[in-house]
Amino acid sequence: MGVDLTSTTALWWAVVVSGLYHGVNPGMGWPLAVSAGLMQNRTSALPEALGMLAFGHLLAMLVILMPFSIMAALFTWEREIRLGAGLLVVAMGCYLLINRRHPKLLARIHPARLALWSFLAAMAHGAGLMLLPIYLQLCSPQTLDSGHQAASTLMSGNLSQAIKVAVVHTLSMTLGGGVIAAVIYFYLGLKYLSRTWFNLDILWALSLVIVGVFGVYLAY
Amino acid sequence: MNVKPDPTFHATAQLAMLAPMENYGFTVMLSPDGSASDGIAVVDLNSASDTYGQIVHQVIVPSKGDEFHHFGWNACSSSLSPMSGHAFLERRYLIVPGIRSSRIFIIDVKDPLKAKIHKTIEPEEVFKKTGYSRPHTIHCGPEGIYVSTLGGGGKDGTDGPPGIFIMDCETFEIIGQYEMDRGEQDKHYDFWWNLPQDYMVSSEWGLPPQFENGIVAEDLLSNKYGHKIHFWDLRKRKNIQTIDLGENHQMALEIRPAHDPKKSYGFCGVVVDTTNLQGSIFTWWRDDDGTWQAKKTITIDPHPADPDELPDLLKGFSAVPPLVTDIDLSLDDKYLYVACWGIGEMHQYDVSDPMNPVLAGKVEIGGIVKDTKHPNGKDFAFGPQMVEISRDGKRVYWTNSLYSSWDDQFYPDDEGGQMVMARVGDNGGLELDKDFYVDFPKGYRSHQIRLEGGDCSTDSFCYPNV
Repeated sequence: MGVDLTSTTALWWAVVVSGLYHGVNPGMGWPLAVSAGLMQNRTSALPEALGMLAFGHLLAMLVILMPFSIMAALFTWEREIRLGAGLLVVAMGCYLLINRRHPKLLARIHPARLALWSFLAAMAHGAGLMLLPIYLQLCSPQTLDSGHQAASTLMSGNLSQAIKVAVVHTLSMTLGGGVIAAVIYFYLGLKYLSRTWFNLDILWALSLVIVGVFGVYLAY
Repeated sequence: MNVKPDPTFHATAQLAMLAPMENYGFTVMLSPDGSASDGIAVVDLNSASDTYGQIVHQVIVPSKGDEFHHFGWNACSSSLSPMSGHAFLERRYLIVPGIRSSRIFIIDVKDPLKAKIHKTIEPEEVFKKTGYSRPHTIHCGPEGIYVSTLGGGGKDGTDGPPGIFIMDCETFEIIGQYEMDRGEQDKHYDFWWNLPQDYMVSSEWGLPPQFENGIVAEDLLSNKYGHKIHFWDLRKRKNIQTIDLGENHQMALEIRPAHDPKKSYGFCGVVVDTTNLQGSIFTWWRDDDGTWQAKKTITIDPHPADPDELPDLLKGFSAVPPLVTDIDLSLDDKYLYVACWGIGEMHQYDVSDPMNPVLAGKVEIGGIVKDTKHPNGKDFAFGPQMVEISRDGKRVYWTNSLYSSWDDQFYPDDEGGQMVMARVGDNGGLELDKDFYVDFPKGYRSHQIRLEGGDCSTDSFCYPNV
């Protein structure tokens, strides 16, 4: 029995899994949560830091998804929008593959401004874009069975869908990063910080390309 | 680019202390009169090796008259900064500036025995892109490699203040000046920082005309060398406070912050107090209200001497000043080593209480008057100068030359380059190792030492000890 990758259930799982994937990537900030707990010498600083990181990440998701949720209501152009979005995601993946430099801007942020850091880190890495094709598929008329609804109803439906996707993604992202941060903080110690730190750059860029291609394919 | 972080990057200073012992040291080879080319000597530090304590490779540059002095790594434990999320640089290149020529060499030491020049940055590029000259101290930081300079623009380096510039840590392209608001800072020497707490501290030696052709006695006696330390908001690139140590505290040089980033204190060595010829160490720290403070916590007295035994420069004083010209702090923040280049002593202070250092050990070697021999019976030219501590804190290495033209003034009859090593006792104490004595090739003096895999004056740690 094959799994229908475009079923609503499968798509929601994709939202969750992409969140876990972002969360375990040190580039999305879990080492900052470990550092906050240790530097401030209190355990509660760790979940606080995770909260700030989550807030920044959530904003970065919404910034990407919101404009598309509005555009997606123009469903005469639905296919073109989804094609464009897919190509945009592929382009970001290719850009990250070619430009392997690390964004210097992130180094200019004060270590305590975690939400801002998290927002910019997610933007710079195209984290929101990775969700975009999944989200657009969730909003597609076939999935929503909304072919006959008025544009305004559709738009508000899409908006709340975008918020739901961003929130679910961010929660699972926080879970993924939080588990690693907590295990290192409470059990393993900082020796494992460098041991669990893998270079995900290429994998990350390829993920964007794959998700983007998937989006383009589904739009056809 | 690695898949895993470089194994020589450590989250904490504690973890760095547990890392394997150093196998190689890299030491400056300086041709004091510029008749030969400067270079970097690769010294075998593996006691099990047949060539232990010998120079096993030399990287000699093609140009002459560069005057190598300080140098540093392209990447260190600061790569594990949680802010970067990007720990995959390699500790592979040494950034070696010439402080006389302003030329910068990038030396690839991936295989120490085959170390070679990877890239050369010509002086014109440094001048054009930074407005600074005479590059000196290297640290790897948040936005790349930070390089302090001793001179501003123009031929004698006095056109504008000296400062820090930033280089890309992968391409080694010079990016430009660091400072956005330097406040009253108008001289420069050393700098270091605390990355999580986001502050930097910098110090002052003097402007190029005050050192390039030798120490200017009139300037020293009229207190015209640097005597201030500056505190910076690291990421805002802004001088937030300047502390004047007092104008008699001439030449505030090495800045050594505690390695544990949870601590907000450090040390600064002052070469000479012009009122009494003492050398001194200041402890600087941040108050609860965020204000920086500094207090003199160590003084080292001059030694009375017969003027006949003194160089012209010192005859009038009938005493040898200690000349505190380098300090280094062990990774556990416990011992501060203080090189007294004039009197020929290396001091070890227990600084567990940074406000009340206690002398824990001492070694006598070289010196203007004492000229103490090495325990192996051989001569040690000049006095103890650039000092570097092994990561585990058990071995302390040092060399003997301060700066070409100054060596000649304070030690007019001495010549040579040596690197020696002392072992640290379990409860402190310091004893020279009879079997470790590197004599540099004729015509070369030696200066800063870097240890393979990092040492006590390169790596910046981003996580506190636990």
